[in-house]
Amino acid sequence: MIPPGAFFGLAALLFVLGVVAFFVKKDLLTQFMAVEVMLNAGNLAILALSKAAVRAEGQALVLFIITVAAAEAVIGLAIIVLVFRARKSIRTDDLKELKG
Amino acid sequence: MAWIIFIVLSFLCLGGVVAMILSRNQAHNALFLVLSFAGLGGIFGLLEAPFAAVVQVLVYAGAIMVLFLFAIMMFNLRRPEPPDKKRVQAILGSGLGLVLLAQLLLAGFRAFSGRPTGVSTGRDVARLGQLLFKDYLYAFEITSLLIVAALVGALALAGPKERE
Repeated sequence: MIPPGAFFGLAALLFVLGVVAFFVKKDLLTQFMAVEVMLNAGNLAILALSKAAVRAEGQALVLFIITVAAAEAVIGLAIIVLVFRARKSIRTDDLKELKG
Repeated sequence: MAWIIFIVLSFLCLGGVVAMILSRNQAHNALFLVLSFAGLGGIFGLLEAPFAAVVQVLVYAGAIMVLFLFAIMMFNLRRPEPPDKKRVQAILGSGLGLVLLAQLLLAGFRAFSGRPTGVSTGRDVARLGQLLFKDYLYAFEITSLLIVAALVGALALAGPKERE
């Protein structure tokens, strides 16, 4: 039997990899994928905690989070498509009007 | 046996994300993430959350990542990303990641030490159904509203251009 703490450690690793990917990558699409990785790490942490607490509520919460994540992915991709239409580029280096 | 499956799936999961960081091709990135999320679905199964595992594979590895691939098709980025010259950002990001990892692991260690481990909740999908359709019925229904709103919003945002 695997202790829930091991799953929580894996969730921490996954979340950190998502953060690093978000900072290292330079295009909006891959950064958005990194956000999805972080969301999934959060889901894994919730499931591990719900297992440790011996409750089923965590699974319901994870289902809601996945649904909201799907809606968020749709809107986010639509926004990225709009940025690409306006600028012909999704590289963050090309979008630096706000840089002082 | 469970440990072997856990370790293999963890490597699949983390390896997919690491490959995503190293690769420069967006389509490859999306496919690596499909691999990673499918592995995560298996891990959900190990956590005795079978319904969450199925939804993870169907919705995340299936629907959402295919949506990403369609978006990549729309961008028709012919040339791959040019290699970076600035490594400062990568080094700073990795340092930040290490600090964050230490914090999270410390918090997790504190939260989980001293807990009884290995209690089985039972793979009770019926209990989950009761939760969803009785206790959280309103939240469930509002979620469907949210999905319709997202659909309409995406069409309004990225739909056919209006004529000037």
